Amino acid sequence: MTTLPASTDKKLGLVIDLDTCVGCHACVISCKEWNTGSYGAPLSDQDPYGAEPSGTFLNRVHTYEVSPPSGPAQVVHFPKSCLHCEDAPCVTVCPTGASYKRVEDGIVLVNESDCIGCGLCAWACPYGAREMDQAEGVMKKCTLCVDRIYNENIPEEDQIPSCVRTCPAGARHFGDLADPESGVFKLVEMRGGMDLMPEQGTKPVNKYLPPRPRDNPPEIDVLGPLLAQSTDEATGFFGWLDRTLEKL
Amino acid sequence: MTQPKLDTSPAVADEIRKTTCYMCACRCGINVHLKDGKVKYIEGNRDHPINKGVLCAKGSAGIMQHYSPARLRAPLKRVGPRGSGEFEEISWEEALTTAAEWLASVRETAPEKLAFFTGRDQSQSFTSWWAQQFGTPNYAAHGGFCSVNMAAAGIYTLGGAFWEFGSPDWERTELFMIFGVAEDHDSNPIKMGLGRLKERGAKVIGVNPVRTGYNAIADEWVGITPGTDGLFILALIHELLKAGKVDLDYLIRYTNAPFLVDDDPDSPTYGLFLRDGEGPDKVWIWDRVTNSKQPLDKPGVKPALRGRVEIDGKPYRPVFELLAEKYLDEANAAEAVAERCGISADRIKRLAAEIAHTAFEKEITIEQEWTDFKGETHKTITGRPVSFHAMRGISAHSNGFQTCRALHVLQLLLGSVEVPGGFRFKPPYPKPVYGHPRPHHTVTPGKPLDGPHLGYPRGPEDLALDANGNAKRIDKAFTWENPLSAHGMMHMVISNAHAGDPYPIDVLFMYMANMSWNSSMNTSQVMDMLTDTDETGEYKIPKIIYSDAYSSEMVAFADLILPDTTYLERHDCISLLDRPISEVDAMADSIRWPVVEPDRDVKGFQSALLELGVKLALPGMVDKDGTAIYSDYADYMINHERRPGIGPLAGWRGNGEGRGRGAPNPEQINRYIENGGFWMDHIPQEAAFLKPMNKAYQDWAVERGIFDAPQPYVFQLYVEHLQKFRRAAAGHGENQPPDHLRERITETMDPLPVWYPPFEETRVDVADYPLHAITQRPAAMYHSWGSQNAWLRQIHGHNPLYISGDLWEEHGFADGDWAWLTSHHGKIKIPVARMDALNPKTVWTWNAIGKRKGAWALHENAPETTKGFLLNHLIHELLPEKGDGLRWSNSDPITGQAAWYDLRVRIEKAGADKQSRPDIPAQNSPVGKGPDALRYGEDF
Repeated sequence: MTTLPASTDKKLGLVIDLDTCVGCHACVISCKEWNTGSYGAPLSDQDPYGAEPSGTFLNRVHTYEVSPPSGPAQVVHFPKSCLHCEDAPCVTVCPTGASYKRVEDGIVLVNESDCIGCGLCAWACPYGAREMDQAEGVMKKCTLCVDRIYNENIPEEDQIPSCVRTCPAGARHFGDLADPESGVFKLVEMRGGMDLMPEQGTKPVNKYLPPRPRDNPPEIDVLGPLLAQSTDEATGFFGWLDRTLEKL
Repeated sequence: MTQPKLDTSPAVADEIRKTTCYMCACRCGINVHLKDGKVKYIEGNRDHPINKGVLCAKGSAGIMQHYSPARLRAPLKRVGPRGSGEFEEISWEEALTTAAEWLASVRETAPEKLAFFTGRDQSQSFTSWWAQQFGTPNYAAHGGFCSVNMAAAGIYTLGGAFWEFGSPDWERTELFMIFGVAEDHDSNPIKMGLGRLKERGAKVIGVNPVRTGYNAIADEWVGITPGTDGLFILALIHELLKAGKVDLDYLIRYTNAPFLVDDDPDSPTYGLFLRDGEGPDKVWIWDRVTNSKQPLDKPGVKPALRGRVEIDGKPYRPVFELLAEKYLDEANAAEAVAERCGISADRIKRLAAEIAHTAFEKEITIEQEWTDFKGETHKTITGRPVSFHAMRGISAHSNGFQTCRALHVLQLLLGSVEVPGGFRFKPPYPKPVYGHPRPHHTVTPGKPLDGPHLGYPRGPEDLALDANGNAKRIDKAFTWENPLSAHGMMHMVISNAHAGDPYPIDVLFMYMANMSWNSSMNTSQVMDMLTDTDETGEYKIPKIIYSDAYSSEMVAFADLILPDTTYLERHDCISLLDRPISEVDAMADSIRWPVVEPDRDVKGFQSALLELGVKLALPGMVDKDGTAIYSDYADYMINHERRPGIGPLAGWRGNGEGRGRGAPNPEQINRYIENGGFWMDHIPQEAAFLKPMNKAYQDWAVERGIFDAPQPYVFQLYVEHLQKFRRAAAGHGENQPPDHLRERITETMDPLPVWYPPFEETRVDVADYPLHAITQRPAAMYHSWGSQNAWLRQIHGHNPLYISGDLWEEHGFADGDWAWLTSHHGKIKIPVARMDALNPKTVWTWNAIGKRKGAWALHENAPETTKGFLLNHLIHELLPEKGDGLRWSNSDPITGQAAWYDLRVRIEKAGADKQSRPDIPAQNSPVGKGPDALRYGEDF
C-alpha cells in the first residue's frame, strides 16, 4: 500500500468547460503525440491498421445524448482523463509505491520503473482514467504534462499541458485550484464548477463546468405590434417605409 | 516517503520548423518539432493568423499521416486490369516521358481531349495556369461537388462567400446563427470563435437536422428538415419586413435596393436595371427630392425605395419594392412554411424577433471616420451584432444556390455585412462579379487557352457553348443546364467521358481526388465506367494519370501514378491568387516547405507538373531554346509573375520591403521561413469596414496589388445577371436555351431568391422514400485521408447510420441491428444506431469513413471495410429518368453543385451481419499493409 501526502502545496489540475467542448478530439490526439514521445514508455497502438485498432490514450472524449423532460435531445461531449484526486484510491491501492501523488503540486504519477503492471490502480479508479500499455506492460495515465509545465526548454506561455494548449474552442483550462487568485479557481466559482462523481469521496482536483441551459427561448416580442398585412395602405408596410425614409 | 526525482525540463526537440498544416483545408500554422531527423511533435503556431496556436485532432495526428504506411513510394505503371491495383514501380523519367507522350499528341490535335481535374488541391492558381498553358478547356478543382452554391451565391450577392473568405466579427457579435455547418470551412477559426462567443455570453443558434459538434453546444438547436432552409430564411425575411425591422439606411447606401428595374414584361430589358452607361454601378435611381432620375453616385440624392415611375415612356420600379412585395406575400409567412420546415410558426416568429432585437436594439456605433466611394465622409460606423455562417448543409441541394442567396439577402436586410458585429470579409475579398474573370473556353490546338477556365458569367453570352449549342467542356459547366457553374463540375467528368457526351476524351488526369470512391456519386457504377471497354477492348476512358501521396481507392484505376510527397516534405504557397489565409483586419499568405526530406522516390506534384510542362514545351514553362524557366515549384513560387510585380507570394517582394507588389525576390521563401511560414499586412483602421464602398480600402487594395484599379460596388439584393438568363428563356437575345430548359430557367433563376423543392423529391414517390439521408464530416477526420491514420481511425473506425428514436421504435430496432437503406438508385446494408438529437425525418452518417478493401494500407478486415459504408452508392449523378430521353444532372440548376443532400431513402430492418453491402472486391495494395503494432516515440 502506498500513502498519500497529507496535503500538497498546490493542487494543479484542469477545468473542463462542458458548455464549450465541441467534441473535436483535438485534446485527445495532442495528448497522444506529446506523451508518446516524452514521459515514460511510448503510448503503443495494437493492430493500428487492422480489424481492432486499440491504443493507449491518456485522455478520451466520450459523447452522451441527454433527453431532458421537455425540449429536444441534447448532446454533451465529455473529455476524461485522470482527475488527480486528493484522496486518490489508485495511489493507496498500489502495492509497490509506483503510483504516487506529488507533494509539491498534487500531480498523480506512475513511476514506471516500479510499476509491475498488476492493474490494481485501474481497478480502484472509479473514473476509468488509467490505461495499461499493452506493449510495455506498465500503467499509463495523465501526467498533467509534468515534463511541459516546468520545462525551461519551452517558452513560458507554452508551459501548460498539451491538451490545454491545443484546444481550439478554449474549453480546457489549467492552473492551481488551491489558489483563490488563480484563473481556474475563479472560473470554478463563477460557473459552478463540479466534481465528477463526488459520492466516490475521491475529492478530484479537476473540475467540470456544466453546460449552460440550452433551448430556453427568451421572452421577446419586438416584432409586435405587427404592421397591417396590406402593402398598399397608409398603415401597411409601404406606409411605414415612407415614414421611415422621411427620417433618414 | 520519498518521491522519485524527475527531470521536468527534458530537451523537447533539436529544432522547430514552422510550416502550414494540410490535414484539411483550414491551413493552420504549425510548429513541427524534429528530433534525430524525425517528427516528434506538432503544435499550432501562436503567431499564425488562422489558428493562433491551437490545433485540431487532425493537425496533431499529422505525424501518423506523414509516416503512414499507405504512402506511395515511387511512380507506378499499371500492369493488371484497371481497378485491380496491380502495378510495377518505374522511374520518374519513364513516368514523365510516358505522360508527355500521351499528352503531346493531344495538345497538337485536340487539347480538349485532356481532362485535368484536381481535388483537394491547394495550388489551384498554379494547376489552372498549367491547364491554361496546355490549352484544354477541361480544368477545374473539386468545388462543383463541394460547395460552389455557397461560393457563387456569395460572389453574386456580396462579392465574397462564407467559407474562409470572411468571418463573423467574433469580438462584437451578440447572436451567431449557423445553417448546415458541421466540421467544414473554416475549421479551427469557427471553434475558436464559438469559444470566444461562449466566453462573452453571446448566443449561438444552430440550424441543422443533426445536433453534433457546433450544433451540440449551440444555445438553441433548430432541427430543420433538409432542403427547406431557404423556405425558413424567406419566412424570417417575411416576418422582419412585416414588422419593419430592416435597415433602410444601409439598404439605400450599400445595396442595390434603390436600383430602377424595367417593369414592362414585354420589353427585352424587362427585369434589368435602368443604366447610365457601361460601368457596373452606372445605374439610375429615382430621387425622392427632385422627383427625377439621378445617377446612383451623385452626392446628396435621396433614392426612392418604392413607387412605379415612368421614364421615357417606360415603367420602372425600385428593387426594394419588388423585394418587399415578393416576400410580404403570405406564401412566405411563418404559418405557410412551418410544417414543411419542421419548425413551428411561433418559433419562426420568435427567432425573427430575436434577430431583430439583437440587430436593432443592440446597435453598435464605432467612432471611426471613413469616406465612401461617392466621396461622402462619415464620422461613425453603425454595427449590427448579428452574424451568420453556413456551409454544405444548405448548399449541397438542388435549391442550394437560391437558399444561400436568401441567407445573404437576410444579412443585407439587417445591415449586418461588412459592419461591426456582423459578417466581415478577408482580403482579397470582397471583390465584385466584375472583378472576376468570365469563363474561357476557346481552344486552339498547340496553343494556350484564351484565358482562365473558371469565372463568373454575366449573361448567356458567357456560356461555354459552341456554335451548335453543344457544351465545350467535358463536365458541361457553363451550359444552359447550369449556367453559373463557377467551380466546374468535377462530379460529372467520369460519367460524361464514359458516355462520350459531349465528346470522348483521351486522357483523364486527376490529382488528389478520390473519384472512384467517396468523392463520386454513384460509386459502384463509376468504378464500372472507369473499367468499361469498347468493342475493340480498349478502355472507354483510354488513359488515366493520377497523382496522390497515398494508396487511395482511385490509385487502383489509374494507368500511371505520379506519387506526391506528404505535406511536410513539400513546397507550397497558400496564395492570395488562390485561397489565402487572410484575416478580417489583414491580408496574409503562407508557404509550406520541406521540413523533412522525402525518403521515397516521390516528388511534389507541382514540381512534377512543371517538369511535364517542360517536356511538353508549354509556354511560360520553357524559354525560347526549350530550357526550363522554373527548376521546381519553389522557383515558380518566387519568380512567377501573374501580372507585372504580382506573384504567388505577396510578402517581401522586390528588395524585401514590397508588400503585395514588387519584383521577384530570391530571398522571399527564406523570409517566409524566418517569419514562421507566413506573411501578414494589416488593413488601415479607416479601411476596416464596408470595404466595397470604402475609399481607403479600395486605395489600399490597389496599393497591395489585390486589384489594379479601385472596384467599388454595392451589394446585390437583386442579381441582374440571373434575369439575363430568364430573358433568354423568354425568347430574347441571340443566345437561346434549348426549349426543354426554358421553363426551369425561368423558375429557378429568379433575380430575387426563391425556394423550390429539391429535385429528387419531385421525381420519386416520397411515400416510397419518406426519409432524407445526409452525411456530416467528423471533426477528427478529413475526407478519405483519415482512415490511414493509426490514431484518428481509433476515433472513427466505422460509421453507423444514425436514426431517430421515433424511427427506431417504429421499426423495432435493437442495439447491434443492421438495416437495408434503399434509394431510387440503389440499396445498401449497414449497421444502425439510435440518436434522438435528430430531425425525425432524417437519417445520417459520417462522411467517407467506409473504405474499399486493400486501399489505404489497411488490413482487409478493417472495420472501415466491413462495417463502414458510403451513402454514395445510393446517389446517382443523374436524376431519375422522366421519359424525355434526356440526362438530367443531379445538381443545382444554376451552379451545377452536386445535390448530395437531396437524397431520399426508405429503411428496412435487416438481420445481424458482419459485412456492409455492397461489398466491393479488394484492390491490390501497391504498398502492402500497415504494421501490426506501433510504438511511435520509442526512439525519443
